[in-house]
Amino acid sequence: MLLYILRRLVSAVSVVIVTLVASFALFFLAPTDPAGVMCGPRCTPERLQNIQHSLHLDEPAAVQIGLYLKGLVVDREFESGGTVQTCSAPCLGYSYTLGQPVTKLLAQAVPVTLSIVLGGAVVYLGIGILAGTAAAQVRGTPLDKAVVGTALVLNSFPYFVFALIVALYLIPPLPDTSYTNLTDNPLAWASGLLAAWLCLGFTNAAAYTRYSRASMIEALGQDYVRTARSKGISKNRVVYRHGLRAAVTPVATIFGVDLAAQLTGAIFTERIFDLPGLGNLTLRAFGQSDLPVLLGGVLVGSIVLVVMNLVVDIAYTFLDPRVRLG
Amino acid sequence: MSDQSIRAPQTVTRTARARGLNEEAYLQVTDLQVQFPTADGMVKAVQGLSYSLPLGRTLAIVGESGSGKSVSSMAVMGLHDAKTARISGSIKVGGREIVGLSEKDLENYRGKDSAMIFQDPQSSLHPYFTIGDQITEAYRTHNKVSRSKAKARAIEMLDRVGIPNPRRRIDNYPHEFSGGMRQRAMIAMALVNDPKLLIADEPTTALDVTVQAQILDLIADLQRDFGSAVVFITHDLGVVAEIADDILVMYAGNAIEHGPVDKILGQPLHPYSWGLLESIPALAGEPQPLHPIPGTPPSLLAVPSGCAFHPRCEFRDRVPGDLCTTLKPDLIPRTADPGRTSRCHLKDPDQIFRSEILPRLP
Repeated sequence: MLLYILRRLVSAVSVVIVTLVASFALFFLAPTDPAGVMCGPRCTPERLQNIQHSLHLDEPAAVQIGLYLKGLVVDREFESGGTVQTCSAPCLGYSYTLGQPVTKLLAQAVPVTLSIVLGGAVVYLGIGILAGTAAAQVRGTPLDKAVVGTALVLNSFPYFVFALIVALYLIPPLPDTSYTNLTDNPLAWASGLLAAWLCLGFTNAAAYTRYSRASMIEALGQDYVRTARSKGISKNRVVYRHGLRAAVTPVATIFGVDLAAQLTGAIFTERIFDLPGLGNLTLRAFGQSDLPVLLGGVLVGSIVLVVMNLVVDIAYTFLDPRVRLG
Repeated sequence: MSDQSIRAPQTVTRTARARGLNEEAYLQVTDLQVQFPTADGMVKAVQGLSYSLPLGRTLAIVGESGSGKSVSSMAVMGLHDAKTARISGSIKVGGREIVGLSEKDLENYRGKDSAMIFQDPQSSLHPYFTIGDQITEAYRTHNKVSRSKAKARAIEMLDRVGIPNPRRRIDNYPHEFSGGMRQRAMIAMALVNDPKLLIADEPTTALDVTVQAQILDLIADLQRDFGSAVVFITHDLGVVAEIADDILVMYAGNAIEHGPVDKILGQPLHPYSWGLLESIPALAGEPQPLHPIPGTPPSLLAVPSGCAFHPRCEFRDRVPGDLCTTLKPDLIPRTADPGRTSRCHLKDPDQIFRSEILPRLP
C-alpha cells in the first residue's frame, strides 16, 4: 500500500511538471506581451527593455522555465520599480500586475475555492443521497417520478444560467456573498458563502440524486439484500446498512473525480457571486498576461487533480474490501 | 452418479427412521397461489400448491426453471414483496399462519423459525461485510445477546459446518473464502438461530461436483442433529436421490406428482416425470443421444387449459375425448398406494411406465 502510494506520487510529480512545461510553451506561443501591459500607454523603449530584463523576459524560454523550476527549491529575487523583492522558496514567481509573490496570492485564493466547493459538496451529497435512496425505495410511484423529473430539469439547465438566476433573484433573502476567513469569524464565513453553497449544492444534487437512485436500485436487487431480508432484520436496516453500503461505493468514486473538477472549475460560482477564489484569480491573470499567476493556477489545478485521483483509489480500498492496491 | 442409484436410492433406511419419528406436519402448505400482476397480465407462478412436511424429513421440490419451485419457497419464507405479489391460500409453519402476516411479524419469523440457503453463495453474501459480521447480525436479530456472545456463537457455528480455524476465519470477507466454504458459511448463518424449517434453494448448483457432495453430506448431517424439516429445491435428480425422503414434482406452477422418493424415482406415474428420467444422460455403455422433453415450459402468463402439460405430452391420445385440454386433473392417488399422488388423466400410468418407459431408460 505504502509502496503503491509512493509510486503514484512519483508519477503525479511528473504529470505536474509536464503540465507546467506545456502551459509555459503555450504562453510563449500565444501573442502575449506582458512587459507591454506593465509598461502602460506612455512607454519608452528603454523602460520596456528594463522591464523585460527584470522579468527575465529577454532570456530564451528554456532559460526562463529553468529559472522558474529552480525557484521551486531556492529563493529568487525580483526587481520591481527599483527595489529588490525576495521571493522565498517555493517561489512560484512574482505577479507582474499585482506586485505580490504568486504563493501569497494562491494562499489567499485556495481557501476560498475550497470553502465554496466543500460546502457545496455537503449540500449536494446530503440532498442527493437522501433523495436518491428515498426515490429508489418507491421506484415507479408518482413520488419517484417527481424526484427524477425535477432532477432531470435541474440537470438540463446550464449551470451559469441557474447560478445567475439565484444571484439575481434569490440572493435578497439570503445574506450577501462575501468571503471571511473561517478562522477569523466562522459565522460570517458561513453566511457569506451560503448563497454559493446552495446554488452549487442544488444543481449538483440533481446529478447525485440520479446516481444514488440508480446505484441504490441496483444494490437493492442484489442477492445479498434478499439474504439480509431472509435473516429477519428490519427493513430500514436492510436498506440503509446492506443496500446503502453497497450503493455509496460507485457514488463515492464519481464524487472524487467531480470534486477535483469543481475545485479547478469553480470559476462560474466565484465570478457570479464575486468571491476571490482561484478561478477569479486565474481569469484576471489571463486578461493581463500575468504568466506567473497563470502558472500558479495551473500548478494548483494539476496537483489537485492528481491528488484527488490518488485519494479516490485509496478510498476505494476502504470502501470495497475486495480491492487491493499493488 | 450412476443411473442405478437414481432409480434405487439408498434412502430407504433414513425414510423409515424419519417416518416413525414424527408424522405431524411442521410445514403445511394448502392451496397456495402466488401471482404477480405485470403490464402483460397476471403471472400465475404458483397455482394451488399443497403439501406437508414433518420435522426430520427432507422434501425435494424438482422441476424446470419457472415451474414455481423457488417462488413457492420464497412465499414460505415470507420474502415476497406485498406490493408486487398476490398470495392466497395457507402456509402454516409450526401451526402459525404465514400468509397475511404483517411485515413486522414476518421479520420476527424469518431467520428464526425458518431459514434459507441460496443458490450462489458468491452473490448471496454481502461483499463488504465480514463473514462473522453477517452471522452475528443474524444471531443478534433474534437473540438479545452481547457482541462477544454472538461472536462466540458464530465461531461455534463455523466450526460446526467444517470451516477450519474459525477463530481466525470469522474476520475474513466472503471473497477470501472458496466457493464451498462460502456455502458452508451461508449454512452456518442459516442455522445460527436453530430454525425448525430450512429451505435450501439449489444450494449446490454453483459449486463444483466434489464440493457439491460435501455440502449435501453436511446438510444431511446437520438435519440429523437439528431434527429440522428441510425443503430442498433442485433440478438435479441425482441430488434428490441422495438427500430426499419425499419428492414433489412441479410443472407450470402446479404440483404434478408427490410421494416418497424411492417410489417416485423408481416408478413415476406422470408423463412429465417420465420425461425427466429419460432426459438423464447415460454414463455407462455407448454414448446415446440425449432425450429431452419436446417443447418448452409454458409461459406463466398464459398457462395451457386443462392439464398444463398437455401440449408437450406424448400420451395425450391415450386419454379419451378432450379431457386433457379441457379439464385440469386433480392431484390424487392413482394406484393402490395412498401415499403418492399425481395429476394426470391416464387410466393406467403404472402399466405404461412398466411396458413402455422402463425399457427405454438407459
